Order: sequence, then structure tokens, then C-alpha cells
Amino acid sequence: MSTVPARLSGIRLARMRDLTLIPAILVLLVVGAVVDPVFLSSTNIINVLQQQTELSLLVLAETVILIGGRFDLSLESTVGLAPALGVALVIPAASNGLGTSWPSALAVPLILLVGLLVGALNALLIVRFGLSAFIVTLGMLITLRGLQIGITGGQSLFELPPSVLYLGSATWLGLPLSIWLCGTLFAVGIAVLGWFRHGRAVYAVGGNVDAARAAGIRTDRVMWIVFIVAGVLAALAGLLMTGRLGSIAAAQGDGLIFKVFAAAVIGGVSMNGGKGTLFGALCGVLVLGLITNILTLAGVSAQWIQAVYGLIILVALVLARVTTGKAQDS
Amino acid sequence: MTGAPAVEAVNTSKRFGATTALHDVSLSIAPGSTHALVGRNGAGKSTLVSLLTGLQSPDAGVVRFDGEPAPPVPDRAAWRRRVACVFQRSTIIADLSVAENLFLNRQGDFVRWGPLRRRAKQLLDDFAVDVDPAARAGDLGVEQRQLVEIARALSQGTRFIILDEPTARLDATAIERLFVRLRALSATGVTMLFISHHLREVYEVCDTVTVLRDARHVLTAPVGTVDHDALVTAMTGEAVGLTTVGARPPVPPETQVALRVAGLTLRGSYTSIDVDVRAGEIVGVTGSGSSGKVALAETVGGLRRPTTGTVTVGGRTVTPGSVPAALAAGIGLVPHDRHREGLIPLLSVAENATLPIAASFGPAGYVSPTKLAATARAFIDRFDIHTSGPAAPVSSLSGGNAQKVVLARALSTAPSVLVLINPTAGVDVRSKESLLDAVRTAAGTGTAVLMVSDELDDLRHCDRVLVMFHGRVAAALPAGWSDTDVVAAVEGVTR
Repeated sequence: MSTVPARLSGIRLARMRDLTLIPAILVLLVVGAVVDPVFLSSTNIINVLQQQTELSLLVLAETVILIGGRFDLSLESTVGLAPALGVALVIPAASNGLGTSWPSALAVPLILLVGLLVGALNALLIVRFGLSAFIVTLGMLITLRGLQIGITGGQSLFELPPSVLYLGSATWLGLPLSIWLCGTLFAVGIAVLGWFRHGRAVYAVGGNVDAARAAGIRTDRVMWIVFIVAGVLAALAGLLMTGRLGSIAAAQGDGLIFKVFAAAVIGGVSMNGGKGTLFGALCGVLVLGLITNILTLAGVSAQWIQAVYGLIILVALVLARVTTGKAQDS
Repeated sequence: MTGAPAVEAVNTSKRFGATTALHDVSLSIAPGSTHALVGRNGAGKSTLVSLLTGLQSPDAGVVRFDGEPAPPVPDRAAWRRRVACVFQRSTIIADLSVAENLFLNRQGDFVRWGPLRRRAKQLLDDFAVDVDPAARAGDLGVEQRQLVEIARALSQGTRFIILDEPTARLDATAIERLFVRLRALSATGVTMLFISHHLREVYEVCDTVTVLRDARHVLTAPVGTVDHDALVTAMTGEAVGLTTVGARPPVPPETQVALRVAGLTLRGSYTSIDVDVRAGEIVGVTGSGSSGKVALAETVGGLRRPTTGTVTVGGRTVTPGSVPAALAAGIGLVPHDRHREGLIPLLSVAENATLPIAASFGPAGYVSPTKLAATARAFIDRFDIHTSGPAAPVSSLSGGNAQKVVLARALSTAPSVLVLINPTAGVDVRSKESLLDAVRTAAGTGTAVLMVSDELDDLRHCDRVLVMFHGRVAAALPAGWSDTDVVAAVEGVTR
């Protein structure tokens, strides 16, 4: 009476699950077109995409960490701290800098380095010392935000070197450079997680860490790399946001982490590790981006937009629960 | 057999703090043989396995493979080539495909899915494992998952496999298929160390048996030269007649029916089941894994809601699909998996054993510590639970003692109906006896017992045994049945 699993199970079904958000995206496109004809114009669509680039990089980082079975709340603070610290080291003290006035060519490498160090610190505390990821990254979230306020005196930084602004503001072949960058990084991420041994190791670690270790995977090293990559991606997201807005506010990135988790979970990434895809997460980002845009175009008043937006995310989570049929958290 | 033994442990000892886990134990396994390792819980089996798999190094003595000293503990790759262990706890990653599990970390740097699946298919075909390599590993049954693990071990070139209670979660037919496979593997020269609580299995598949007791080696002999009772004696250190079961006085037919199951159906599991259990009667239910026997017991216990039909206790219908309702009606349940449904590992023995009656320990939800401890102490005495005290976390107990806590909890409400699901799975010989004794005692005081089990040894205590086949009662056997009656009915053979 051995039961042979149905032929349609496994990878094919997993791909189908990946596509569950596509109809939702199509519906949103139709709704948007009905609400306002401007919606489908290329300017608006490019606008929506560009606004989602920072969020999408954070979702990319968080998804990889979630697949590895951990999580990181501090990403949104890195979005603010990394550019602020990198820039403060190169601009003069008169413009709220630290007074070191290093060569401004170092700004971008410094920003990415800050992200790398934050990721490494998270990994040290969580992987090496075995502390709770929730409390460590919550503490880190507050500490990093505080550091940024301390460094900048709570002021926005305006006089930014052109190299810092370039990534978030340049346009290549009619599309903002940030969109090209995100597209490339997602393509690389999808390839690594889907077709490379090191990417598959992240799934193994998140799915069953003992089994992964028994198969010879260096589980701690995998998670070190994942946390560090995530930190760098968060710094890059900060760089894009800085370029798009032209300044670094003291609250840059504040509140993003909720959207990050919402996009990942709507996109089918499991909070318990070992399950989910970057394609699904990317669809989650697009759904959120389209909803925001439609709400704005529909003229929902500024005082109400947050409540409506939060409500829609909760509804989307309920729908994701219904369509995937699995509990998102235990 | 010529040449060096495939695996050898010479005078190995291991201490953990004050406890000696293994004292001067030697074990030698000839290439291609199937060696049984038996002993009660805590006899040192797991420690010996951890030495043989390189998870720990011995304090004294050496481990050799094919005459060569074992690799150092950190060299996991070298250990993996020499020995593989199919644990009770699966090392399969549920969300990955079977193919990927088979070649985990050996996929090559760039994973080409097509060839990987074809290699997996080839490997599975070689071992005649009927599993789709693209299937999600978590969707496989226990049996298929174990076969995948064995295939993975052999594909790594390992010629020595440790099977740690492989049959604990399999039903009778699956066990038989596993044994056929093990014999075939043995014929190709694979060496196996087989750990089991079921002595019958030892006789069926092993050629040599080693007994450990209290961290010491007791005997090693060809299985043909030791009979069942001698083996049990070696394990317990005293003469025990395990197979003899004291006869129970028959329950008078005029005794009131305590539990009545009428027309119970759960779509996909079982269909129109009618069972009456009289007060003081023990009714056994058995069948293969797909017979629906576990689902039936879980329905009676309130864990599942039946599609149609009723459960009546003492003449009153029980609200279906609700554990509180079942408890209130006087039904106690020992669930299927004590780790998943039975116990809360970090809570104490006392709290676990008294969860359903905690409300009686004080007003307004207050749990009086003295009353809690006193009740727990009474349970510990009554059920012979070996623990350092009522406050010990239940996770510190051995499997047998943990199961006694589950039974104590089920009986804590003094239920009129006791439902048991595989009460002795993964439990050592001595604990089995005290568990079954406790069940008989409960029945002696008028509790109606419905016992679902795969174990013939459990079923021997029953006044009658119902055999389920594909969701229906296929046979009802009064006490005095022979093993072949039950096995034939389980297999669906009409005699």
C-alpha cells in the first residue's frame, strides 16, 4: 500500500505557487487604469517602479535571511545610518559632517562598508554567540537609528557629493539606473538561490539545520555570509533612497521594515525558514507598490492613507494565507 | 569472514560528569553482517552509536573501521564516508525535493536540475525505491523518507549503516518491506547495526546480537543461540517471562456499555464504525498505517470531528471535535506522538501530568504548589516514573518515563473511558510492562479502554481485538487469537 506521490507535486507545484500573485498584479493594473487613466502612462509606471527599488532591495535581503531561518529588523536603520555615516565622514563639519573631511570619492565605498559591518555585527551576536535574532536586531534597530541622530545632530544632510547621488538619480536608456540595478540584483539572487550550491545551502539551513550540518554544509558560515550580504544590500538601498530624495533625513528608512515583512510574507516566504522564492517576494513588492500608487491616485486623503494602507496589507496577508493554504507562522 | 571487522569498538568508555554512559564496551561487526544492538533505555546504546558515528570521541578505547583507526571527530567528511546513521529523527529537509535531499551539498557549484533529477531517479531505481525525485520530501511517508535516507547514505559510498529504531514509526506491512530490503542490502555486502526495542525483529533480520545493560557489555552471540527469554533476561538482569500475559477475568456481558461508537465516519479515513466498550473492558484496535485506526481513536478523543456518527459515553452523546468536551464527558487520551501532542517539554513532570486537573488545585485558576507537588508525587509512585522529582522538566525523562507521564495525565481526570494510541512505541521492555500494568489496573477499576496499537504484545492484554482494513472493521477477534490471525487480517487476507 505504498503511496506514490502524485507526479504534479514538488518543484512544478512550487513554481505554480510562485505565480499566485500574478493575477493579483493584473487585477491591480486594471483597477488602477479604471481609477485614473494616468496610471498606465509610462511615466507613472516608471515612477512606481523607482519608488519601490529601495523597498525591493530590503525585501531581497530579508527574504534570503528568512529562507535561512533567521530574521533581521535592523535593515531599515541601516538604510539611514549607512549613507549618513559615510557622508558625514567626507563632508566638512560646517555641513553637519564629522570634521574628518576624507576624500569624497570614498563616500560610496564607506557607505557599503558600514552596511557590511552592521551585517557582520548582527551575525556575530546571532550566529556566533547564539543570541535571539529578534532581540539582537531590535536592539540594533534602535541603536543604529540613535547613532544616526547622534552623528547628524538630528539634522538632515543636504550637501552630498555627486557620487552619492548618482546611483539613485541617474537614468540609463530611459529607465532610472536604480531600476536596472534592482533588476540585475534580483536576477542574480534568483539564479544563486535557485541554481547554485551556495544558494541551495541557505534553503537547507533554514529547512533543517541539523540535516544541513550532517550533509557537510558549514551552516554558521552560510548565515554569516547571508547577514553580511543583507547589511550591504540595506546600505545600497539607503544609497538609492539618498539619490532619489537628494538628502539624508534623520528618519530615512523609518517604518520600512513593516512593509519589508509584509511584502515577503505576501510573496509566500515562510517566517519559519526554508521556504519561499525571490520571485514571489518581488511580486509582493510590486503588489504593495501598486496599492500605494492607486490609493494616491484615487485621492485618499493624507490623514487616512496610512490606515487604509495597513488594512489592505492585512487583507492581502489573509488572502495569501487562503491561497497558499498554509499557516504563515506557528 | 576473513580480514578485519568492518567496524570495531575496543574497550571504549565514556563518562558524562558523574555518570558512566559506557564502561569498557567492545563491539566487533563482521563485514556484511547485520548486528543487533539491544538494551533498555539508558543502557548505553545511544552513547555507543555516538562513538561509532563520530559525534563524540571515547574517553578510553578506540574505534576502528576496516582495521584502521577512526578519523578525528572534526573531519565530518571522512566519517560520512565510513558510516551513516538513519536516525529516528529524520534528517530530511521537508521543503526541498527528494532529488535535492539525496545530493545535498553534492549538487556541484552550479545546480543543473534536469541532470540532478535524472541522477536521483537512477539512484532511486537502483534501490527500487518508488519515489518521484521531484516530489517535495516533506510529502513522503515515514517509510519512503527512511528509504531515501538509506539510499542517500549508500550513494555516498558508505558501506556501514546504523539503523536507529527504523521500525518505530512504521506499520506492519512497511516493516516487512523494510526487512526484505535490508536482507537484500546485506546480501550485497552492506554492514548494518540494527537498534530496536522489538526482539522479534532482531530474530527476523539480524545474525548477531549484542546486549548492553547499565553501560556495560553483557553478551554477544549469534541470534540462533539465544532464545527470546534469555535475551530479555540479559537486558533486564533478571528472569522475566515477557510473552506470558496474565489472563484477565472476562467482563460479564451484562456490564454497562461505557463507550458507544455508532456509525462513525470520517471521510478519507474510515467508514461507519460501530464499537461498544463495556466498563472494565480493554478493546484493541489494529490495522495497517492506512487503515484509519489512529484517526478513529483521535476522533473519540476529540482531536478530529467526524463527518457523521456519534460517540456516546455512559449514555450521553459527546460534542464532536472538541477535546474539552471529550474530557468533560470522561474520555482520557494518550495521543499518537508524545513529542508532538503529548508533552510540553520545558514544563515540569508535575505540570505535564496534571494539566487537565490544574483547576482543582486552588480557586480562580490559582495552582497551589503544594497540592501540585503532592498530586504529582502520587502519580510518580503510582506509575513508576523514574525522575529526579516532580519539578524536573519532562524533557529530561527517557522515552518510557515520558510516556508514563502522558498516561498519568490521561488518567488524572479519573476518566470512564481511556483511549490509547500506540502507548508503547519507542519504549523499553520494562517501561512497556509498567505502562500496560497501569492500563490493566485502570480497567480493573472499571475504566473502559480503547487501545490502538501495532504491537501484538500490547494487543495480548485486550479482551478482544478489532482489526481495521481500509477504514472498516475487517475482523473482531476474541481473546485467544494467534499472531497469524491478526497479521492476516491486518494484511487484508481472508482466511
